[in-house]
Amino acid sequence: MRGAKLLQYLILGAILVVVPLVVHSGYVMQILIMLAIYGILVLGLEIILGQTGLFSLAQAAFYGMGAYTSALLALRLGWPIWLATIGAMATSALFGAAIGFPVLRLRGDYLAIATLGFGEIFQLITNNWNSLTRGPMGLPGIPRPHVFGIMFDRTMYYYMIVAIFFIALITAFHLCRSFLGRTFRSIRDDEDAAEFMGINITKYKILSFVIGGIFAGLAGSLFAHYITFISPDTFTYTDSEMLLAMVFLGGAGTVIGPVIGAVILTLLPEVFQFLVQWDMFVIGVIMVLVMIYRPQGIWTSDIRWPWSRKDPALAAQGK
Amino acid sequence: MFLQQLVNGLMLGSVYALIALGYTMVYGVMKFINFAHGDVYMWGAFFGLLLARYTGPHFLVILPLVMLLTGLLGAAVEKVAYRPLRKAPRLVVTTSAIGMSIVLSNLALLLIGSETFPLPAMLPVRVFHIGNALINTTQILVLGTALLLMAILYWFINRSRYGKAIRAASEDRETAGLMGISMDQVSSVVFFVGSAMAGAAGLLVGIYYDAVYSTMGFTAGIKAFTAAIIGGIGSIPGAMIGGLLLGVVENFGASVMSNYTDGIAFAVMILVLLFKPGGLFNAYIYQKRV
Repeated sequence: MRGAKLLQYLILGAILVVVPLVVHSGYVMQILIMLAIYGILVLGLEIILGQTGLFSLAQAAFYGMGAYTSALLALRLGWPIWLATIGAMATSALFGAAIGFPVLRLRGDYLAIATLGFGEIFQLITNNWNSLTRGPMGLPGIPRPHVFGIMFDRTMYYYMIVAIFFIALITAFHLCRSFLGRTFRSIRDDEDAAEFMGINITKYKILSFVIGGIFAGLAGSLFAHYITFISPDTFTYTDSEMLLAMVFLGGAGTVIGPVIGAVILTLLPEVFQFLVQWDMFVIGVIMVLVMIYRPQGIWTSDIRWPWSRKDPALAAQGK
Repeated sequence: MFLQQLVNGLMLGSVYALIALGYTMVYGVMKFINFAHGDVYMWGAFFGLLLARYTGPHFLVILPLVMLLTGLLGAAVEKVAYRPLRKAPRLVVTTSAIGMSIVLSNLALLLIGSETFPLPAMLPVRVFHIGNALINTTQILVLGTALLLMAILYWFINRSRYGKAIRAASEDRETAGLMGISMDQVSSVVFFVGSAMAGAAGLLVGIYYDAVYSTMGFTAGIKAFTAAIIGGIGSIPGAMIGGLLLGVVENFGASVMSNYTDGIAFAVMILVLLFKPGGLFNAYIYQKRV
């Protein structure tokens, strides 16, 4: 079983390595890179929303904060990019803690609306603080990474970002299986019971926001140094809604589910080109339908494929 | 100057109050934040625009029609997106509401467009002087209509049969159900009335700013929600007073820092949630839950 799983990952990895050698399409590479960035971003939201059950509508703001921090550190202070990325992760984590600390006393939809307010304040600041962010004109000319004087082209960036995505995925997997993941889920499932068991709710909720912020900051930094231009309208409330839809469609509470959701919703407008402006509308419809018919999302941990071996417990019952 | 700001603030606030009533009534009965409410308000403005184009700019004809249409829209939204989730966890319903909000706002964008549309003038503009403040006929129309509608709603909630059912349902849903109140009916009525109020607000704002556009629902929705929590969510007089208060605060704040006008509401919202989550009227609904 474990060998088969490893084989699956190896096959997937091999495909991802071979793709740029076979497909010489900038368009496909662009989509794959954006998929990896969104993948990291939804992993962060999965930890906040799926594992800890905190309804955050600020993930796009954390993402934007990472992008802006990284871009500004590289542009204004001339920091090397890997250092700017760490700076971006630290800033997003810090702001995760900063909003987490006061806001986390709120529950459920109150938290949703407070984080939404936070996201809007981020929008207002990036749009109006012209001397720092150049407002709606955005920040152009963000440097691409380079090694030994060679600038990263799209293919090199692709390999780098796929590697980072897999590191993020494995980190998220291990995190969710660790003590931390169990603590997060206990808070999600019953906050009062978790508190009775001696879990410091506030501490772990903030930690959840910090970890989610780190993922978002990383994704933001990768985005900024790939696209080389950022402006406030990439990090709006609509983007937060989209991330939310990815997590819920894929399956909140699983690690791989949200990534699948991200793949589906990123590919949707690309595959159905005729949808052009209808993509957000379709996402809205999907959100409502998923909530009504399959609130656990398409990927759940107890999913049984036709080819997967029978569950021993079920086999014992003769089913 | 002070008086002028106060007049403008009260006028804007009365509109926030109208929208806030929908949030607070829905929260009272169904205990979730109807994220799609702001978009129903936007549709109110669009219905007003369409009606004004095809039936002529007669305010007294348009207002009831807009309220009827948005009311039906709200009731339909409830039936499609929330009724199947009556027994689901609250976050599931909230997510469904966010999905519905995306659907409604994008539908307007796709069907009507992303431009800003002017509304035909509904009444001749005359300007009156009160002391050193100016107030024009449009402002009087907006403030007057909003106050009148709130008075009617107040009567409806406190004196009518349905109002009684709504109050009973927001106090204790299960017991109200046992007493023979149909939750389906109450939900439909709540959504109809709340959405009709929001639709009227959309029309009034459209008339006042002479502008209707597809993204107007988002900010207005958040501000009205802020108004609802200032007053204490679930409390109807709270929503009215919270709305007026927020309008005044925002207008005075805007005269100090005009770039961050919208930020004032968000900041107020976060502060209220942190320090007085029950709001001014210390809504018992919130206390019961937390």
